[in-house]
Amino acid sequence: MFDWRWEFVLDILPRLVKATGNTVLAALLGYGIAMVLGLVFALAQRTPFPLLNRAVRECVEFIRSTPLVLQIFFVFYVGPQFGVMLSPWTAGMIAIGLHYASYLSEVYRAGIDSVPRGQWEAATALSLNPVRTYSRIIIPQAIPTAFAGMGNYLVGIFKDTPMLSVIGVAELMHTANAIGSEHYRFLEPYTLVGLIFLLISLPTAAALRKTEAKIRRKLGLRSL
Amino acid sequence: MTYVEFLKVYGPQLLEGSATTGMQTLLAAALAIIIAVTAGLMRLSKNRFVYGAATVYIEIFRGTSLLVQLYWIFFVLPLFGLTLEKFTAGYLAVGMNLGAYGAELVRGGILSVPKGQWEAATALSMSPAKRMVRIIFPQAFLNMLPPWGNLLIELLKGTALVALISVADLMFVARKINGSTYMSAQAFGSALLIYYVMSRAVVTPFMRWLELVMARKLGRA
Amino acid sequence: MKDSMKDYPLKLEGDNIPMVRFQNVTKRYGDLVVLDHLDLDVQEAEMVTIIGPSGSGKTTVLRMLMALEKINDGVIYVEGQPMTHMVKDGTLTMADNKYLRQQRMNIGMCFQHFNLFPHMTALENCIEAPVQVLGLSKKDAIARAEDLLDMVGMLEKAHEHPSRLSGGQQQRVAIARSLAMRPKIMLFDEVTSALDPEVIGEVTQVIRKLVSKHNLTMLMVTHQMGFAREISDRVCFFYDGKIEEQGSPDELFGDPKSERTQQFLSAVLEAN
Ligand SMILES: Nc1ncnc2c1ncn2[C@@H]1O[C@H](COP(=O)(O)OP(=O)(O)O)[C@@H](O)[C@H]1O
Ligand SMILES: [Mg+2]
Repeated sequence: MFDWRWEFVLDILPRLVKATGNTVLAALLGYGIAMVLGLVFALAQRTPFPLLNRAVRECVEFIRSTPLVLQIFFVFYVGPQFGVMLSPWTAGMIAIGLHYASYLSEVYRAGIDSVPRGQWEAATALSLNPVRTYSRIIIPQAIPTAFAGMGNYLVGIFKDTPMLSVIGVAELMHTANAIGSEHYRFLEPYTLVGLIFLLISLPTAAALRKTEAKIRRKLGLRSL
Repeated sequence: MTYVEFLKVYGPQLLEGSATTGMQTLLAAALAIIIAVTAGLMRLSKNRFVYGAATVYIEIFRGTSLLVQLYWIFFVLPLFGLTLEKFTAGYLAVGMNLGAYGAELVRGGILSVPKGQWEAATALSMSPAKRMVRIIFPQAFLNMLPPWGNLLIELLKGTALVALISVADLMFVARKINGSTYMSAQAFGSALLIYYVMSRAVVTPFMRWLELVMARKLGRA
Repeated sequence: MKDSMKDYPLKLEGDNIPMVRFQNVTKRYGDLVVLDHLDLDVQEAEMVTIIGPSGSGKTTVLRMLMALEKINDGVIYVEGQPMTHMVKDGTLTMADNKYLRQQRMNIGMCFQHFNLFPHMTALENCIEAPVQVLGLSKKDAIARAEDLLDMVGMLEKAHEHPSRLSGGQQQRVAIARSLAMRPKIMLFDEVTSALDPEVIGEVTQVIRKLVSKHNLTMLMVTHQMGFAREISDRVCFFYDGKIEEQGSPDELFGDPKSERTQQFLSAVLEAN
């Protein structure tokens, strides 16, 4: 029953390792986009313009409650319909960046909301302007709360990159599929992909937990 | 072709796909709940073997991708003599994956019940099982409902992946229409809207209602 | 409301302009009237203490002056200039945020729960606004902060984060933080209420020092009647969003006229 072939494993491992690089790159790029866009989404819900706040809120809700894989298809195929060709990488990064930006905006929002009202008032009493109030008082305190969520989504985006294979981004899953159909063997490539994911995501999650504790200590906050 | 005409021609197919998505969601949710409660309780066990088994399960399913799990279950399990129908493989993968996330919610919910409640139940000579079922779990259940709302939406979204093993769900239908008409905005856009409606007009209100009912039952509303 | 703004001067003129003037100030939360057409003047270098039952609007008076809450009616003047409003096209209109930030620089406020910035050390708390708002160089700000921390007896703990300080220590740092802006007016809202009894003295000692050595105008809300009597130039007894009675400490504590004041004072004395 166990027909595991080590020579085959050694044969395909270099290709998979190379594809892992692409997977990590996609995750980091997408996450970078998401971090910036997410902050824009979060702050755009706290403007003095209720209509804008509401519109951004609805967009975030929409992106959050629909499947990423469908959004990837949407971005990739709708462009050409209107004469805009997007490469798989570009389309993939837009889709996954937007999707995770909506998640991260919620994380930021919760972080900002967790800062006690007295902190806003103390900043006001000291005449700090809004930019300084956010950058020096509120956001530094929101980070420890937000960090856990941000870490979860970093691991999350990494695990969602296989969906990019559906439009032909040559990451791990795409490579495993290619190997599988070339050799008519799926056991080793799919199992190895699973192992590679475990090998990266479990230590990353552990390291993030450690860093979170460190940040809290550094900022002089009590640990949770 | 206007959008109305598009809907006239392809609406029925989209609805059929939506029904399949609904079925996948229901079955996967049922499985996820069973797994979550079981693994969540196992994670609270003092028995190292029981605790370890649940931990391994949770780490494996949370440490890898749903898509990888789906392909593994559908393409690799047959090599071990376990061939699953694609529809079954679909909700099995989704349910097992989200069940691992749910297990941590169950564990957290139970731990959030104050220690005094455990002690009071013990002082009343309740058996551990009675204490869990009658006293602890109902309170834990209410505490964990809000995160379960988010989890169920993740689960609904997760079912879109079963299209990749050719289960004819909403996502699958949208791709099929796109392939034959190249009306990508209409095909994928409609599917996005339907998923949105299912999340926000079905799952979320249902969870809100459940929270309200449970809160009332526990005298907290 | 627009029309009635004509009843208020664009600025106070003449001799003896009060440091702070509440003129006909009303604050409502929904239907609840928290301050009811309040008139109150505070002269320069005066120490005015506000006492009264919980919920009578004491905190709100300070928060209105700091413009942490929007005013519903009336005008507050600081040094004769409107604080809550600004002059635009020859009439008083609601102050915008920029104007308020400018005006607030004259005022320092200490809160019941200190509200120190937890991610900054005591010293960093004290230099933040002087550097960011007043534009002081970091060196000057540190020198100023160290002076003040020394004054409140916290220089030794300058590099500690608030979580490592006791309540009394945190409150002393908070006072130093406010003073670092060189305000003309200081507001104290029950600064000792959240403290353990044995450390109240270290905070009141700092306030005593301020009264004797500095020319600050101060408004203080407190439940410590002995301290209020000792230190105030004037005491206001608040009841239901109004000043029920006011006078010198000896008048108000020694010979209260209003029945409500008498009741309140005897209830407080009994509790002690
Ligand atoms: N943000 C608010 N919303 C609604 N009511 C408030 C708010 N802040 C204060 N109040 C009410 O205003 C009244 C006066 O409050 P406050 O000035 O804090 O009283 P004090 O400091 O004298 O105890 C109280 O009845 C309080 O409940
Ligand atoms: Mg108060």
